[in-house]
Amino acid sequence: MERTTIDLWVGIFVALGVAALLGLAMKVGNLTTDDIGEIYSVTANFENIGGLKPRAPVKSAGVVVGRVADITFDPATFEAVVNLSVDKRYHFPKDTFANIYTAGLLGEQYIGLEAGGDEVMLKSGDKITQTQDAVVLEKMISQFLYNKASEEPKETASAAVSASTKSGDDALGSSPLDDMKKPVAP
Amino acid sequence: MIVNSRLHLFCTIGHRFTQRIWRLGAGARLFWLTIISSGESFRRFHLTIREVYFTGVMSLIIIVVSAFFVGMVLALQGYNTLQRYGSSEAIGVLVALALVRELGPVVTALLFAGRAGTAITAEIGLMKATEQLSAMEMMAVSPISRVIAPRFWAGVIAMPILNVLFCMVGILGGYLVAVPLIGVDAGAFWSQMQANVDWRLDILNGVIKSAVFGVACTMIALFEGYDAPPTAEGVSSATTRTVVTSSLAVLGLDFALTSFMISI
Repeated sequence: MERTTIDLWVGIFVALGVAALLGLAMKVGNLTTDDIGEIYSVTANFENIGGLKPRAPVKSAGVVVGRVADITFDPATFEAVVNLSVDKRYHFPKDTFANIYTAGLLGEQYIGLEAGGDEVMLKSGDKITQTQDAVVLEKMISQFLYNKASEEPKETASAAVSASTKSGDDALGSSPLDDMKKPVAP
Repeated sequence: MIVNSRLHLFCTIGHRFTQRIWRLGAGARLFWLTIISSGESFRRFHLTIREVYFTGVMSLIIIVVSAFFVGMVLALQGYNTLQRYGSSEAIGVLVALALVRELGPVVTALLFAGRAGTAITAEIGLMKATEQLSAMEMMAVSPISRVIAPRFWAGVIAMPILNVLFCMVGILGGYLVAVPLIGVDAGAFWSQMQANVDWRLDILNGVIKSAVFGVACTMIALFEGYDAPPTAEGVSSATTRTVVTSSLAVLGLDFALTSFMISI
């Protein structure tokens, strides 16, 4: 079969396409950071996970050490069970603290691991007992409003009391004098 | 007289409607015939290679140049809005997601319909007008497996390749505007992009989209050419219809595919 220039051009075209796809996969997409290699999985229970999603990063000291594998709901304890896939190269003590943080003010949520001081390390299938829930913005705002609301009535009440005592004093102080003056004057 | 003209209007609308339905059915039948008689376009692959050259390689320049400008405009417009919220580093994500998810497949398909689809329609329409297709049938050569199927598969192969090239060149164009021209940090540009563009959900779905557009655009172009009245006006109006129908089909299909893909 003889080769033609058309074959050459189509070959170049296909090669360019494959190169662009590889470029998209490696440089643009997160295919490279996706495969962490060998992992072990630990679980953590949270009362509220906020907006945490599967495949969210698990970070320790800001370094990605794993990913959230899946999130399920435990109907017995009414808690969220988060399955974490952690890179096998990194080991964490048994009393590691798992927090749900938010990247930036409105960014994606991730799990931050803070290592404890235990001698025993977490093994595959273990459970992280010390967890801290996600900060839910609505909860924070409502708490703030509640605190504000509980402060305000005290102030207004004390102001009202002081005002009433003042007016009472005035009433008490002024009227007898007037009464005293009136009979005296004529 | 009034009744007559109203009746005439009614008849015209009905005729147009039945024509559309008839053409839809004929197009579907041609699609099916193309699929079942496409064995030859793979056995004699050089037929398909030749068509990949005419539809894909010849469309490279328009795809690359327009991708470059689309990427640059995206970066400029995106920066203008993002810097108001103090998040101009997210410009890489914006450019990449917009290109990979939507603009890449859709603009590639629209350009493909204009550049390659019209050529296919005109070529086949002229083949029909000059009775080359009838001559093939006389020689017991099926024009569908010899003419239609290689062009169909060439379009289906070429479109995803053009799409990934469009995305890549567009992102490079966006990079050129964002980093050297505006002064966004290069590391933030790429790292935010990598953190937020998913391989399967974004890139692979975009490629699937463009493959579907490739099937739609090529099939519409082939059908319009095959169905064209064998006259000069017939071929010219068929070419026009190719662009109109392909563009509408691409945009409609894009909505349908996106609604599937987003819900996953």
